[in-house]
Amino acid sequence: MARLSLAEPRFANPSVLLDTQRNFERLAISGILGAMPAAANNAPAIEFRNVSYDAGGREILASLNLEIARGETLILLGRSGSGKTTTLKLVNRLLEPSSGEILVNGVSNDVDIIHLRRGMGYVIQDVGLFPHLNVERNIGLVPKIEGWSAERIRARVQEMLQLVGLAPDIASRYPHQLSGGQRQRVGVARALAANPAILLMDEPFGALDPLTRDELQREFSALQRRLRKTVVFVTHDLREALRLGTRIALMESGKLISVASPADFLRSADPLVSAYVRAFGDGLESALDRSNYDRGTS
Amino acid sequence: MNVARYILQNHTQVLDLTWEHLWLVGFSTIFAMLIGIPLGILIAHRARFSKPVLAGANIIQTIPSLALFGFLLPVPWLGDRADRLAILALTLYALLPIIRNTYTGIKGVDPAVLEAGRGMGLTESQLLFQVELPLSVSVILSGVRVAVVISVGLATIAAAIGAGGLGEFIFRGLAMVDNRVILAGAIPAAVLALAADLAIGWLENRLRPS
Repeated sequence: MARLSLAEPRFANPSVLLDTQRNFERLAISGILGAMPAAANNAPAIEFRNVSYDAGGREILASLNLEIARGETLILLGRSGSGKTTTLKLVNRLLEPSSGEILVNGVSNDVDIIHLRRGMGYVIQDVGLFPHLNVERNIGLVPKIEGWSAERIRARVQEMLQLVGLAPDIASRYPHQLSGGQRQRVGVARALAANPAILLMDEPFGALDPLTRDELQREFSALQRRLRKTVVFVTHDLREALRLGTRIALMESGKLISVASPADFLRSADPLVSAYVRAFGDGLESALDRSNYDRGTS
Repeated sequence: MNVARYILQNHTQVLDLTWEHLWLVGFSTIFAMLIGIPLGILIAHRARFSKPVLAGANIIQTIPSLALFGFLLPVPWLGDRADRLAILALTLYALLPIIRNTYTGIKGVDPAVLEAGRGMGLTESQLLFQVELPLSVSVILSGVRVAVVISVGLATIAAAIGAGGLGEFIFRGLAMVDNRVILAGAIPAAVLALAADLAIGWLENRLRPS
């Protein structure tokens, strides 16, 4: 508790802070999607302070310092085993840091883990839809646990389906009756259902065929332009990173190598960054162009 | 046809003993579920308990049933009534399939589903009751099914310690060297086992997540 008030001196009493957060959520839920609640303070959405993570005596993540601003899409880029998924899971406390501190909206994220997680959408490569629940109940699960009325949940589910480009009648289907792309869309809809301000995505499009992936990347980009969520997005695909990210954080063996905007990333002189860029060969500018095209700025 | 006539002639006794048999099997199965399912859930979540618990249940399974009935006979409260003793012994035998299937069922839940659920902010008990148990209910039931079929057979031996059930006919027939009497116990027991197998199998299919 002492740590809590240290982290955010303006709120001497932690319960005041929690109430404020709940109020924002209520606002966010009742408000229209595009209008995100005003920031409670000027703190970054997520901040890593000297965070390390060891597993079985092996250091997976070494003293990470990183700030993620509200409304940005930060890409965690890196090869397998570079620590990017670990970094993501530290945010919603699926993993506990060995040392250091992670702040969410300026508050240490070890206060109320369940409440913290319900305020963050989580999308993973394998989607993890509940196979025994139909699409409607998958999407509506967190709202239901949060005590929304059945009427409101139904309306929200339809709104979410529309948002991710699925037909309304898909609500009654079961996950095994969906294609991979549809499943991933439902996964995104489910993550957005309780209108979280933060979205954590772990290679969400990694298992899709190239055409579907392209489609989903384009739609996600458009969606993010409307919703302005704080997104942390894990991928090893540089093209995807260039297309979707506002900033790209390159990781290598548990260390953060560089954080840069997509354009700067391509021009970086850092040997590890340029090695990564070279590995993807020519034509990367086209991914950048695409990003501009997605955003309607070209 | 002699057997059929014998059963018809003694139909009240056959029905009584069948009822007793059902009672023994039913109670022991319920007890075994009350103990076995929570134990199975526990060892699926706490890996360090899984080996000792499964080993214990396995060892119980290797004790010959007559010997187990014998061991339990001198136990104070239990030994007073044969049916208590029989129910305890049958419960112990039914534990292994129920514990093992509960463990297997919960372990078989897709890790991605659990990770997603946890990441969405489900509490551990919400995960258990809304995800893990609904997804493993058919595997758990198939363990119960095995346990019931085993129990119906084993319960015939309970007659040796005077707990009643269809074993009465079997032991009596053995003593009289009369196959009709043996079959008057064995046939209803087989029918019971088949019926229980079919009924639980049907339930298992109904509850299997699509």
